[in-house]
Amino acid sequence: MHPAFSVIFLTTLLGAGQGLFLALYTGQLYALANLLPDQSNDFYIMGSFLSMVLLIAGLIASVFHLGRPERAWRAATQWRTSWLSREVVVLPVAMALTFVYGLFHYLGWTQALFTISDTLPVDATLVTGALGTLASFLLFLCTAMIYASLRFIKAWHTPLTVANFLFLGMASGFMLAAALSAYMGTNLVAFYGTWAVVATTLGAISRGSSLYRNSKFRCKVDMQSAIGVHHSQLHQKAQGFMGGSFNTREFFHGKSDGFLLMVRYIFLLMVFVLPVLLILFAYLSESVRLPIAAFAIQYIGLVLERYYFFTEAKHPQNLYYQSMA
Amino acid sequence: MTDQRPYDEDPTGTFFNRVQTYEAGVFPNTETYHFPKSCLHCEDPPCVPVCPTGASYKRVDNGVVLVDYDKCIGCKYCSWACPYGAREIDEKSRVMKKCTLCVDRITDTSLPESERKPACVLACPTSARLFGDIHDPNSNVSVAIREEGGYPLQPEWGTKPANHYLPRRKTRIQIHEDELVRADNPLKKEELPSLPDGGETLDDVAW
Ligand code: SF4
Ligand code: SF4
Repeated sequence: MHPAFSVIFLTTLLGAGQGLFLALYTGQLYALANLLPDQSNDFYIMGSFLSMVLLIAGLIASVFHLGRPERAWRAATQWRTSWLSREVVVLPVAMALTFVYGLFHYLGWTQALFTISDTLPVDATLVTGALGTLASFLLFLCTAMIYASLRFIKAWHTPLTVANFLFLGMASGFMLAAALSAYMGTNLVAFYGTWAVVATTLGAISRGSSLYRNSKFRCKVDMQSAIGVHHSQLHQKAQGFMGGSFNTREFFHGKSDGFLLMVRYIFLLMVFVLPVLLILFAYLSESVRLPIAAFAIQYIGLVLERYYFFTEAKHPQNLYYQSMA
Repeated sequence: MTDQRPYDEDPTGTFFNRVQTYEAGVFPNTETYHFPKSCLHCEDPPCVPVCPTGASYKRVDNGVVLVDYDKCIGCKYCSWACPYGAREIDEKSRVMKKCTLCVDRITDTSLPESERKPACVLACPTSARLFGDIHDPNSNVSVAIREEGGYPLQPEWGTKPANHYLPRRKTRIQIHEDELVRADNPLKKEELPSLPDGGETLDDVAW
């Protein structure tokens, strides 16, 4: 498939935004369980704000993908059947919850509304955070299922796609949380850094598995089945037009194998190796800049990873355009 | 359907029915296949449920798969879901387009019955295209599919395309060696030495 930059940025920005929200709430839960010192509201406010910015940026990127963005509201109507429509429904919910979560912290509504079993004080932020967490996970599921549900595109049609979107999004979100706490001078760098490394490792396992899987299988249809002539020597002589068409533009990436191999090695390095090393050094040297660099490098790596994800997908319609395939 | 740069470099545009050409075999034993390629109006169309706006739909009355151009947001998701590459985005009107099976013609009761067919079927000079109801076992298309070995494309996906293709028909007669030499001819004419020119032949005698 042709990698569209609108979709690449949409998925990576949303992933980082959702991941950051999950990171904030994880921090809050740890603090609640007294495993971490309580954080100032400022950290949550900044974090929610940053998460909102990323989600909005993702939304803006998505607009560039549409031919008729002015009708985009219609895309919320078919949630019964379409994962794309489900994403369109869940995204504003996740954004609203992130906003409310930050707003409650801003307003300081952190007094317990009620207490469960005398030990667990439940406040407004805890409730919205829980709902926001649910929405973030749902959004990961919807975004990934847009690709994983296309059964003709074998490279995507696997639960590994969902695992990749989830783990890679969380990795980048926790990385950003580590960067944010380093920047704000809170003492959470090690905590978020550890989680970021865990998520990155999980992502490495799932992405590695999907790369391995995709290098192994063959497409189940061939040219014979595509045109229905069962002759072992079949050649295409004309594709029905002289110039290009949507079919030759949308479904081919037009890049050489060598280039793609290079992209693959670079993204593997930038997503999985460098950020982990940088976080490790940041932990040892207590540097402020290194966690920020770790996030930035991983994000660029994720953009390349998403680019590669699109070029990996081979659409069966390509059988009808042998000169391009 | 719109075009872009039709008379300039790199012409492109949207089209409903592209005719491709394939060649089977190795020279000199080759055969040419012309292969018209359009939306197949699948009975289980994967392009319809994925559409987030409901712009892609399958008509309940006649099964034609259509795009409502007033609802489509041009997200291209349906084109990813069609394994046949039958859908093309229209760069000018920025919505998804594909073969409509001339739904306006085939449902137009003001036309005489014989003309309620897609334009490509009416236009084909050799009547290579057939149109009819594949759910009616006695329709011309059902009979053709059944009796002439009609097949769907990429049947592995279970999309059940309504459009079928018919295999090439060839006129072949089985001639056995003994029929050529008239093995049962008691006079064994073929084995006689040829008569001198002007001489009487056995046939002349017979007449
Ligand atoms: S051929 Fe493609 S566009 Fe047409 S109905 Fe089937 S899946 Fe949909
Ligand atoms: S391009 Fe139009 S018809 Fe296709 S899925 Fe998107 S909204 Fe539906």
